[in-house]
Amino acid sequence: MRKIRTPYLLLLPGFAFLFTFFILPIINLAQTSTQTSVVGGDTGQYEQTLRFANYIDAFVENKEQFGRSFLYAILATLLALAISYPLAYAIAFKSGKYKNVLLVLVVAPFFTSFLLRTIAWKQILGEEGFVVPTLRTFGIISESTTLTSTSFAVVMGMTYNFLPFMTLPLFASIDRIDPRTLEASGDLYANGITTFRKVTLPLSMPGVVAGTLLTFIPAAGDYVNAAILGSPNTKMLGNVIESRYFKVVDYPTAAALSFTLMAAILILVTLYIRKAGTEELV
Amino acid sequence: MSQKIKDATIPTIPLGARIQRWVGRNLIKIYAFFAFTYLFIPVAYTFAFSFNDSGKSNLIWKGFTLDNWKNPCGAPEVCNALGNSIKIGLLATIFSTILGTMIAFAIGRHKFKGRSTSNLLIFLPMATPEIVLGASLLSLFLVFKINPGFWPTVIAHIVFCISFVVVTVKARIASLDPRLEQAAMDLYANEFQTFRRVTLPLVAPGIAGAALLAFSLSFDDFIITNFNSGTLTTFPKFIYVSAARGIPAQANVIGSAMFFLALTIVIVGQLVNRRRVR
Repeated sequence: MRKIRTPYLLLLPGFAFLFTFFILPIINLAQTSTQTSVVGGDTGQYEQTLRFANYIDAFVENKEQFGRSFLYAILATLLALAISYPLAYAIAFKSGKYKNVLLVLVVAPFFTSFLLRTIAWKQILGEEGFVVPTLRTFGIISESTTLTSTSFAVVMGMTYNFLPFMTLPLFASIDRIDPRTLEASGDLYANGITTFRKVTLPLSMPGVVAGTLLTFIPAAGDYVNAAILGSPNTKMLGNVIESRYFKVVDYPTAAALSFTLMAAILILVTLYIRKAGTEELV
Repeated sequence: MSQKIKDATIPTIPLGARIQRWVGRNLIKIYAFFAFTYLFIPVAYTFAFSFNDSGKSNLIWKGFTLDNWKNPCGAPEVCNALGNSIKIGLLATIFSTILGTMIAFAIGRHKFKGRSTSNLLIFLPMATPEIVLGASLLSLFLVFKINPGFWPTVIAHIVFCISFVVVTVKARIASLDPRLEQAAMDLYANEFQTFRRVTLPLVAPGIAGAALLAFSLSFDDFIITNFNSGTLTTFPKFIYVSAARGIPAQANVIGSAMFFLALTIVIVGQLVNRRRVR
């Protein structure tokens, strides 16, 4: 009898906490999303009228930012994958006794506050940094072109900030590959590309799936990179939600947007996991 | 004969081809080198500008000084914000590590009804964008007329740290050799003794790693904190707010110091681990 109860007793405090401060807030958020402002009430006073049209209004009003959030997040995820895969591969297979050192080096930059690093990028890429004048001297960019306040800067910042979320799961997955399977593939006359396509990549798929998810999810909801490195023309959904909460005090729209964002991410993630065929994560 | 072979092999490869071959063979290492450069550029920049004799706004290089390092609390708001971040981080780490470790043992060590639902409940907070977590918690606090501030921030941090603790500790539990525990039982240790003398010491590095992860997540969090902290300033929030009018160089000092401190902890941890394995 005691044995059956043990796991539930262990789960109880943690799950009670998560229920109160994660599930309840989400339910409450859903409730807020269909409220409308009280007629004649103060700013920030809302009542429940079950107005589902809030969702449509919120979406139509912000469809541009919506599209941008997903576009930027997908771009940042692909870039992070392109940077991380060879990096993780090099650490797993080519680093010899320095494997642990290099692994620490991947995580090390993230001990400096990410805001400090993002602002550092802003200054490096900014007018007074060294990149823009250099590029101008060589005529790569024109006098009027800037690097900050562009989509490029925002996507680059996001790629940078979420990189370890991509590299670490990829490394974990690639490191587990038995190098003898690669040798065997070579023995069977597969060239480098075929070996990668038929052996390495399939075996590292769990890492690719975990890495892309861990990068894409925070990237889609991010607003810090857009706020620091972008301009009003690069606003993402996160920026809208933030300003609705703090500047406009429009809780229902903010809630509807948050909910739509979460639903869209969950749907995309589910489809992706189905397609990639890995259920390990859930 | 041997003379002929020598003539044929040594001098014929031109330099260009040799370089090409070397690059081809080391392509992935060169790539990794550039990736690391990309990773470390802003860190180096932050570190360099911690020595800037900049006055109020740390935007342009004005000369080398050690003053910022000698007097990190020279900009008093920075230290105040840092203190808050450390307090919140420690509390969030303690609570999330305890709760998360218990959940990890339940899921990692027991078969029970609702196990996959439990896994899902752990996965969901990680799959929820921070902004939604932060906004939904703030809505809840507003409904119950709780003012955002210190404790709401601690609670919010525990919420997003728990899942990461569970995943880290669970991975450690999964990698344990079950025969070690069976051996302890065979030697007449009861369940509690086995847990205390065998299981717990073996899982301890995982728990320590999870706690470090929780602290660094909490310490560096901005989005959720911004929603739930009200007028309380944390270190990331201070940087964000003062970004527009320039960040004092003391913030760079603290950022760099954290970098070296964390690096030291990780290296010492690895050395201790290695000695244990031996």
